[in-house]
Amino acid sequence: MALLQISEPGYTPDPHQRRIAVGIDLGTTHSLVASVRNGVAECLPDEQGRVILPSVVRYLSADKRQIGFEALAAQVEDPHNTIASVKRLMGRGLHDIADPSRLPYQLIDKPGMVGLQTAAGEKSPVEVSAEILATLRFRAEDTFDDEVFGAVITVPAYFDEAQRQATKDAAQLAGLNVLRLINEPTAAAIAYGLDNNSEGVFAVYDLGGGTFDISILRLTQGVFEVVATGGNSALGGDDYDRALANWALAKTAISPLENAADKAALLRTARAVKETLSTQSSVAFQLDLTDTRIDTIVTPADFADITSDLTAQTMTAVRKALRDAKLGKDEIQGVVLVGGSTRMPAIRAAVADFFGREPLTNLNPDEVVALGAAISANQLAGNHTGDDLLLLDVIPLSLGIETMGGLVERIVPRNQTIPTAMAQDFTTYQDGQTALALHVVQGERDLVADCRSLARFELRGIPPMAAGAARIRVTFTVDADGLLSVSAKEQGSGVVAQIDVKPSYGLSDDEIARMLQESFTTAQQDMQARALAEARVDADRMLLATQSALNADADLLEAEEKSNIDRLMAAVASARADADAATIEAANQALAKGTENFAAQRMNRGIQKALAGKNIAAV
Amino acid sequence: MNLQSTDFELFQLPVQFAQTRAVIDARWKELQREAHPDKFAAQGAAAQRLAMQWSVRINEAYQRLKDPLKRASYLCELHAAPINAENNTAMPPAFLIQQMEWREALEDASSLAQLEAIAAETSAAEQAQLAVIAHALDVQQDHIKAANDVRSLMFIQRFGTEVEARIDQLAS
Repeated sequence: MALLQISEPGYTPDPHQRRIAVGIDLGTTHSLVASVRNGVAECLPDEQGRVILPSVVRYLSADKRQIGFEALAAQVEDPHNTIASVKRLMGRGLHDIADPSRLPYQLIDKPGMVGLQTAAGEKSPVEVSAEILATLRFRAEDTFDDEVFGAVITVPAYFDEAQRQATKDAAQLAGLNVLRLINEPTAAAIAYGLDNNSEGVFAVYDLGGGTFDISILRLTQGVFEVVATGGNSALGGDDYDRALANWALAKTAISPLENAADKAALLRTARAVKETLSTQSSVAFQLDLTDTRIDTIVTPADFADITSDLTAQTMTAVRKALRDAKLGKDEIQGVVLVGGSTRMPAIRAAVADFFGREPLTNLNPDEVVALGAAISANQLAGNHTGDDLLLLDVIPLSLGIETMGGLVERIVPRNQTIPTAMAQDFTTYQDGQTALALHVVQGERDLVADCRSLARFELRGIPPMAAGAARIRVTFTVDADGLLSVSAKEQGSGVVAQIDVKPSYGLSDDEIARMLQESFTTAQQDMQARALAEARVDADRMLLATQSALNADADLLEAEEKSNIDRLMAAVASARADADAATIEAANQALAKGTENFAAQRMNRGIQKALAGKNIAAV
Repeated sequence: MNLQSTDFELFQLPVQFAQTRAVIDARWKELQREAHPDKFAAQGAAAQRLAMQWSVRINEAYQRLKDPLKRASYLCELHAAPINAENNTAMPPAFLIQQMEWREALEDASSLAQLEAIAAETSAAEQAQLAVIAHALDVQQDHIKAANDVRSLMFIQRFGTEVEARIDQLAS
């Protein structure tokens, strides 16, 4: 029987003092959840003591599914319904996927994002990812026997807007409060930098199951500044498996496979052979297929040769990132390897050869990203950690709009520190033009056709003027998660149009609502109860934040203002105790509104503090 | 101090062209430590929005202060001598002739060594032009002249970017 807890005299334990914050590495091949416990970040194991959750979901019927190891085991037996490497489909349309016929799934061509036909009906990659995230959320809640307050979820640094938004949608669907999306190499750098107390410029080479990232970071006194980033969001260990599988087919003179079970079995064998090759000097590649058999021998030298193009692609991205950072490779103090695929000796050799130094591998490459995310989550949740850490990240790809002739005008260049807002003025093309079609794109190429289309919107109601007379200011705002919103304003008339770059490729709010209704959340709890629980969590959050602001800076307030805030706090507390969700929300809103001025004054004080004692004479 | 303060006020730097990059970098990080939205992640939407505004403003000032060309342009603007690069393209004939010679050399260049020689010459010209601008801004206090010098520097930098693009092309 569990022992009951009794608190120390004079000390009232507040259950909300420490909030459960987790870091989740949502990987192509496997996912992990980590949290800071007793000051140390650690990955949370499942009931069998395994920290890794294979990122595989199998749909058995409308309401039955398997997730993780069970699903992985069924991959060959039930290839159509067993979805693996779904991360590669996030935020992608059918036309974005190279050679979709090699995948054993039944893909559905849909505007925005591809769909998957399964035994449970049509599923979006966002829904599949949400299953994985929810499994990890439940694991954390079981571990702590408490609700998860919030999560930091990692994404490849090279993920574009569509992929980031899809990831955030999946988290929402899994019932997670996303504190931040952070880039995988940045998370790795946090875990690594804090563990080793490092200072200087570091390169993080992150080759996962399906994505490759290279980031150059400068570490100074707890500040992690990303100087440049690059990579390929469709290059990873999966591609090495496929190259090896194709080689084995060619060597045995077998034509490309048609049967889905054979395809899955071949990839599984290739992956096992690849992994064994990291430690052995020769491996037998043997597999019985439906009507033939593969039986051949692979050496590490063969494998390096088969995959040399892939490795070379990663090194090209490394050179480009260094150029963007305006740094020579001799200025790099250390190279950190992240991702299971960096266990391949060929990769280690290529990286060591390029930088002229042995890469650092003292942290488990599978766990390091989740650990860094957990450290970040702990801080963002307001659990004081002592060492203040600050992430200054960048956007990986340039953002711009289409101008006449299908050309891209760049507004935010890649590797710009976020959050950022940048604006540019445009004008009309024809006399009397009263509307402007704006097309937002992402990418480095000069032609719109070669970039990713993010959103289209219109600015209407421009007063008729001669061509070139209107002044339309287009402003791009990128928040700390790397998510974009765009606004356009005609300067003379003040006509405004605005868009959060979301609906054209992510999921609309209606779609999310539908999925939420269909998903596990309704099966497990009543929607109303959920809304109430969420409103209460918000109320707690607001009360705690306001109280800690008052503790620190109440002296900024006039007596009247202070008593107004006290009154609003009391209203939230009383609504929280016995009102419905809508009433609590309204009280929260009122408190947020009533403390806006206070927040502004506190910010000014903070800025002044940062500059205290520094004046022109000190420079 | 507010969002409308100048970049120099915000970073507490003297209003002049000569600056130390390390000081700008350090000041940037100190300010972001206070204002970054991550510091307010658990404090509700209003605090987040405000932090975002400040953080964006600090990044904007940082981009402008750390880059010598942008810093010089900004100083000219503050002293009512805007650059207006789109509308003001008048350049001294000698400068234009030099530009044409460079462009011909770039077109004729076929080896990496030739391209790198041009890159070195461009970069030297850029440094020299920056010294001219520093003198106009900090010593002569002639912002009209400085604005003209900045426009020349923009030509030189644009040419430098083209040279780099050619080198990248050849290297890959």
